Parts: sequence; structure tokens; C-alpha cells
Amino acid sequence: MALIELRDVRRVYDLGEVEVHALRSVTLDIELGEYIALVGPSGSGKSTLMNTLGCLDRPTHGSYLLDGQEIVTMNRDQRAAIRNRQLGFVFQNFNLLNRTSAIENVELPLMYGRGISVRERRQRAKEMLGKVGLGDRLDHHPSQLSGGQQQRVAIARALVNRPSILMADEPTGNLDSKTSREVIELFRELNQQQKITVILVTHDQNVARNAKRTLVLRDGLVVEDTTDFERVLRVLNPDSDLEVKTP
Amino acid sequence: MTLMDTLRIAIRALLKNKMRAALTVFGVVIGIAAVTTMVSIGQSAGQLVQNQFETLGTNVIVVMPGSSRKAGVRQSGAPTLTADDSVAITRDCPAVLASSPIVGVGGQVIFGNENWSPKEMMGVGADYLTVRNWQIAAGGFFISQDVDSGNKVCVIGQTVIAKLFQTVNPIGQSIRIKNIPFQVVGILEKKGANMVGDDQDDIVLLPHSTVRKRLYGSTFNNVHAIMVSARSPSLMSDATRQIEILLSERHQISPGQPSDFQVQNTTEIAATLGVITGTMTLMLSAIAGISLVVGGVGIMNIMLVSVTERTREIGIRMAIGARGKDILRQFLIEAVVLSSIGGAIGLALGIAASTGATMMINAYSPAADWPIVVSLPAAVVAMGFAAAVGIFFGYYPARRASRLDPIDALRYE
Repeated sequence: MALIELRDVRRVYDLGEVEVHALRSVTLDIELGEYIALVGPSGSGKSTLMNTLGCLDRPTHGSYLLDGQEIVTMNRDQRAAIRNRQLGFVFQNFNLLNRTSAIENVELPLMYGRGISVRERRQRAKEMLGKVGLGDRLDHHPSQLSGGQQQRVAIARALVNRPSILMADEPTGNLDSKTSREVIELFRELNQQQKITVILVTHDQNVARNAKRTLVLRDGLVVEDTTDFERVLRVLNPDSDLEVKTP
Repeated sequence: MTLMDTLRIAIRALLKNKMRAALTVFGVVIGIAAVTTMVSIGQSAGQLVQNQFETLGTNVIVVMPGSSRKAGVRQSGAPTLTADDSVAITRDCPAVLASSPIVGVGGQVIFGNENWSPKEMMGVGADYLTVRNWQIAAGGFFISQDVDSGNKVCVIGQTVIAKLFQTVNPIGQSIRIKNIPFQVVGILEKKGANMVGDDQDDIVLLPHSTVRKRLYGSTFNNVHAIMVSARSPSLMSDATRQIEILLSERHQISPGQPSDFQVQNTTEIAATLGVITGTMTLMLSAIAGISLVVGGVGIMNIMLVSVTERTREIGIRMAIGARGKDILRQFLIEAVVLSSIGGAIGLALGIAASTGATMMINAYSPAADWPIVVSLPAAVVAMGFAAAVGIFFGYYPARRASRLDPIDALRYE
């Protein structure tokens, strides 16, 4: 059994007069420890797929088994618990709480989890910030950190509850190329050394190239699912918005 | 998430907008302060009335003649009570402190070329002042010997002095009532107006035997009423029962027969007055309560703004696993913290205001002596009410926050 099993998943937004088919029919399996990039032009449905996989959104049709549990029939609170325990999120704009120190941001998922003592919470948050290289920035507020550092705080927050899946939505979108490389390097380490499943949405070819497997979406369908990045480039060219640089 | 965590988050969130939090709290402060002040002043007024009632004698029982039936003729106000009944009541009823016969008399009092018709002129027993809880200001009261021998002595109230004796010391002077001279032996302490507004100091007291013998020329021993005081207000009903039993026996009234006297006590009047002041307090509090509602709406308003402003924060919290009820609790506790702080400050302010108001009333009207009341139950209720306002008006915004869609909330700018 795969970690994630999507079967004929569809998502239709009912906007009154028109129906928008964000996902037409997606069927795919993702195994534990995979590193997957979701690419595709704007409006192709990759964010919807990401939100669905992240249990933030609920498909209007189909079945989504995460670790053997059916997500589609779960209520809000059950999905919140799944997000808390099994998933970690990293966003393009970091989404840290303002005027709240780095360590408190990282502690947050533990607060919403099952009874973990204040001391253990602090200890684990500290360890996790150390792992992402911010051991000396515990009490800094987001506004006192650079973009790369903020994103690393967000990654520490995503991982502090030891989830099996890390979800990243354009994680390097607001970072310069140097810090982007650092973040991508961190993702690869986490995937290779700790066997964390990484799923990320990106527009950046260099980020996508790092993934072991790439899914290309267009008009709500997965049009390519491959481990060969050259094929991805061929599918996307010439009418993609992916930056293509000849190596 | 533990309650402590939630509380810490709430306080931190409020501290991020100190001015706004302070102004919101201010609304509740006014509400709670107004309610506390009104309740305190109301209770103070209630106690004042009770105190005044006690100076009149809350433990006073009045025995009046009832209807008599002689040869089939029923008649009210028949002279059925005697001075001996009064003596017997004092002697035989253990719950009774003292009793005095009352014989009413009207007419003019003359001293020199001044004359005056006092509001009350009556013949009483030697224990009358004990019954009424009244003191002598100068001279003395007539003693039982004066009563027994029908001496022509009298004791007068402060108003009568003002009317008859401008420059002369009244003690030892003779005043004439129906052309009979009475020697003034004592002056009563000032008692002021009673609850109905009658001047209680416009009074002349004479021995009841003298009134009957000299003024009415009667040889009978009848009196108009008997005034009795119980040993304490709690013994009122005991005393009433003992008097009824004793008099029924003395007047040979068999069970089932209508008695020829009635025993009235003042506890019922006191209870009625209590209801009146209680109702007034309630009404004033209800008016003050309106300002509390306004304060609550202020909390609701600010919480709604806060929820909108912090939509993204809510989204972030939901994305990392906060359930609806975690968010609900967070905002609800924020509202309750606001209202409880307001409640505490309002309570302090209310106590200060009511104390100040009471002191001012006492300073500007010397006749009144309002007691300063700070009631602990009222304080507890006020605090509870403040918290309840927070919950009531905080619930809707908090619920709105908890119902947000995490994706929409995350995208909110």
C-alpha cells in the first residue's frame, strides 16, 4: 500500500453561473520517501492538488487514502489532526506569526498536538531550529530574520511534529538564488537522510530538477508523470512559463 | 493546547494593540462601575430605611381594642383594654421587654401668654421610653409613683419647647392643659421625623392615670391601646403569641370566639419597606446594566475587527493543525480577558464612587446618615457578570473565526 493513493480525484468550484474544473481526474500513488515536484502553468490545478494532498481542501469526487485513512469523508477537526501529525507545510511567503519569536513559531504545532509538556516542547523546537542552522536565532522575531532564515524557521516548524510528508508551495519563490539553493539542499538532505516524503510546487526549473519524480499538470490533468526531467522539459516546451535555460 | 497556553496567547494578542484594548476595556469598566455603584447606593438606602425603622422600634407591638359584642351589638373601638392588662403583659410574657398603656388626649397647652396644640398628647406608663427606645435630654421621666398617684407632671418634646419656651428653662415650669397645671419634669431627646414625615418631637407625655382621672374625670381603668416592645426583633412573633394567649385568658375569650383586641406588629411594615427599596435598587441597576450591554457590544465590535485583521494568523494556525474549537477558544478567552479586566477595574471604581457618593450625601444633608455599604456578593456577581458579557459578546466573533476556511484564510491579505 502506498503512502498516498488518489483515485479519480476531482475538484469542481461552483461559482454560481459557471463551474470551474480545477482537477478533472487525478489518479496517482506516492510512496514513502519520494521527492516529487508539481509543475505546470498557472491555473493548471497544481495548487488545488497541493491543497488536496495537504488536507486543506476536500475533493468533490473520488478517494484519497493517506496512510490507509480515507480523507474525503473526514470532518474539519479530523483533517486538522492529520495536518498536525502527518503533514508539514512550507509556504512561499513563509507564513510565520509576526511579533512572535522563532522558537515560539516552531513550538506552535506541538501546542495543538497531544499533551506535550512545556519543557519538552521547548526542547524539541530548539533542537529543530539547531538542525536548520538557526540555533543562535531562537528569540529573533521574523522581522529580524532574512528571507532564507525565515523560510528555515518555517521548515523547522513544519518538521517539529515529525510528520511523514513535507509539503512546500513555491518554497523558493521569495528567495534569491543563493538562499534558494540552500533551502533546496536542505530539502534533499531531509529526503535522503530522514526519508521524509517531500512534495513541492514550483515554477523554478532548477528546483524541479532536484526532485526524483516530476508531475506535470495542465487543465486539471496530470499530463506527465516521470523521473526523467528531460521529458518534462519537452512536455512543457515551447508554450510553458517555466524558465528554460540551456545547461 | 492547554488553558495556560491559550491565556498567554490571548494576553499577548491584546498587548499588541494596547490602546485599542484599553478603550474596549473602558466600556466594560463604565458598565460594571455603574452597576456596582447603583447596587451599593441602593443597599445603603435600604439599610438607612431599616435603621430609621429601628429607631421607631422594629420590635414594637401595638395592642388595640377589637370589636366587642354585647347583647348582640357589635362595636369597634370599645374600651376593652385596661392598664392592668399592660402590667400583666410585662409580668407574664417572657419575650416582652416592657409595655405601656396609651391614653390619647387632645387640646391646647398654655404657658404664660403662649399657646400650642401639639400633634401628640397622651397619657403613658413609666416604661414608655423603654418601649419606644427613646432617651431623656434633660430632667427626668415620671416614675411609677407619679403614675400610681396621678401626679400632675409632664415630659415634653423639643418642638413644644420651641413653641412655648423661648427664653425660659422649661424644667420646673407649669404648663396648663384644660386649665389644669402640669409641672414639666423632663425634656425628650430629639427624634426627628418618622417615615411618614410626622414630627415626632411635637409631643407632650403625661401619666396615663392623671389623664384619665383629671382630664377625663373617669373612674374606669380603661386605656386606648397598649404599646409593647419585644426583647429583640427575632422574638416578635413569640411576644405576639404570648400576648394573645395572655389577653384571651384575661378577657375570658374561649377558642373560636372573636377576640376583643388585636395585636399588630411592625415586622410586616418593615418587610414591605424592604421590598420597596429592593425594587428601587433593582430598577437603578437595570438602568445601569444598559451601559454594560453597550460595553459588551464594544467588545464584540473589537473582536470582529480583530478576527478580520488576523485572518491570516487563523489560517496559519489551522494549517498546522489548530481545530475549530482551538480557534474558538482562543478568541473567546481574549474577549473574556478583556471583559474581566474591565470588570475588576469597574468594581474598584464602583466601590470608590458609591463610597464617595454616600459620604457626599452625608456631608450635605446632616439629617441623613447613610451607611457605607460594600457588599461582597455584589462584587462576586459583578465579576461573574463581566465574564459573562465577554463570553456572550465574544462568542459570535470567535465562532466566525473558527468557521473560516483554512485556504481562504491563508490567502487573505
